[in-house]
Amino acid sequence: MKFVIAIVKPNRVDDVREALSAVGVRGMTVTDAKGYGRQKGHTEIYRGAEYKIDFTPKAKIEVAVDDAQLTLVLEAIRRSASTGKIGDGKIFVLELLETMRIRTGETGSDAL
Amino acid sequence: MTTALDTGNTAWVLTSTGLVLFMTLPGLALFYGGLVRTKNVLSVLMQCFSIASVVTLLWVAVGYSLAFTPAENPSVNAVVGGLGKAFLANVPRGALTGSIPETVFAMFQLTFAIITPALIIGAFAERMRFGAMLLFMALWSLVVYVPVTHWMWGGGWLQRMGALDFAGGIVVHVTAGVAGLVTCLYVGERKGYPATPMPPHSLTLSVVGAGMLWVGWFGFNAGSALAANGAAGMTLTATQVSAASAASVWSFLEWQRHGRASVLGIITGAVAGLATITPASGYVGVGGAMAIGAVAAVVCFFSATTLKRRLGYDDSLDAFGVHGVGGILGSILTGVFASVTLGGTEQISIGRQVGVQLLACAATAAWSGGMTWVLMKIADVALGVRADEEQETIGLDLTNHEERGYDLT
Repeated sequence: MKFVIAIVKPNRVDDVREALSAVGVRGMTVTDAKGYGRQKGHTEIYRGAEYKIDFTPKAKIEVAVDDAQLTLVLEAIRRSASTGKIGDGKIFVLELLETMRIRTGETGSDAL
Repeated sequence: MTTALDTGNTAWVLTSTGLVLFMTLPGLALFYGGLVRTKNVLSVLMQCFSIASVVTLLWVAVGYSLAFTPAENPSVNAVVGGLGKAFLANVPRGALTGSIPETVFAMFQLTFAIITPALIIGAFAERMRFGAMLLFMALWSLVVYVPVTHWMWGGGWLQRMGALDFAGGIVVHVTAGVAGLVTCLYVGERKGYPATPMPPHSLTLSVVGAGMLWVGWFGFNAGSALAANGAAGMTLTATQVSAASAASVWSFLEWQRHGRASVLGIITGAVAGLATITPASGYVGVGGAMAIGAVAAVVCFFSATTLKRRLGYDDSLDAFGVHGVGGILGSILTGVFASVTLGGTEQISIGRQVGVQLLACAATAAWSGGMTWVLMKIADVALGVRADEEQETIGLDLTNHEERGYDLT
């Protein structure tokens, strides 16, 4: 199993969710996040004082998938989250050691 | 001057009393509250509310009497009034000030006594401890506001010298603005200033507050005519025109410098125009009001943006940069635009009157500045004025009041 963390633009979240559902992902976690990569922050001016806002609002999407699904999932996220402009985000993939559904106690792929 | 009670005048001053209290509660409270960070919003609202309460008690106890009752000794009366009306004794229901009940006059003046110390909050916001703040404000109200009011409006030496201050440019804005500068220098800058961004947490609240200030200012200025007549009408007109002029010019300046007009800019401009027209509002024509508003925007824009940064003091919400500078500027310009030759109402020599206005501003600024330093020292020794680093980091709301402004979970 793999754990996929995608940092995407907040306005792409709905599209990413649909694309993931279409490739069979049945659950996910979405968090409001802030950060920066190559896209730096922006500037705000209050009574002449310029503030550099380093952290740009992003959405963090987390999904757990079977190894076999990974390629499809990555492609689905990339296609749905991409605008071609700087700041589209990143995807991180981690090995996932175990999964358990709390209600039933199922583990592994059955719990995904 | 004894005349009969005029119900029209009385109704207007009663209304104005409500308008001016509304400027502090909640107008100024929201204006300032929106400008601070989330963790300090309650501290500012609380400071406004507690000042309103404590100053009211002091005002009826001795403040009104010392400001507006003549002292028996004429040389004492030049600087402070007497105690003949302490606790509003000798102010029966039937007593009149001009053509309105004296109780109405005393309460109208009370609302000015409330907003003046409340204006100072903007200078030391986000870092002064509550108890020390309240002690300082109580003392300041009696030591600075009350005597200066007597000098200008209660028959004291500024009034006898012929200084002009229609609605409080000197009495309110110079005293509070200079006190703001001194308090912010005394407490020192906020932790992290100016490197750390400290943007307003809710400009929406500030816009609501600024709108209330603008509306309330009709009572502040036009109410100071103490009559429902042509003078009040012209004062209201000048007030509106100056605010509009300053708001427009401020936006234009921002557009020139930064490429866009900001919300904070237009409301700051409006307040600068209102503060600056205050001393002149009853003496000038429409042209004078327009000019005063435009100059107010240019000068206050410079003081609140460039000057503050260059000199490095942390006047958090620009109590000095907008109110102090606007008050001094307006008080000087009153000596110019009050002249009948420039559409005003006063038969004055502009050169001489500007001299008188300058002297009045300088004396008031010196008294307010000096006494503010002394009173801050007293509050500091007694209770400690500066929030410690941990309190400042966590915020005054939680550390001074054990409450939070927003629970959005």
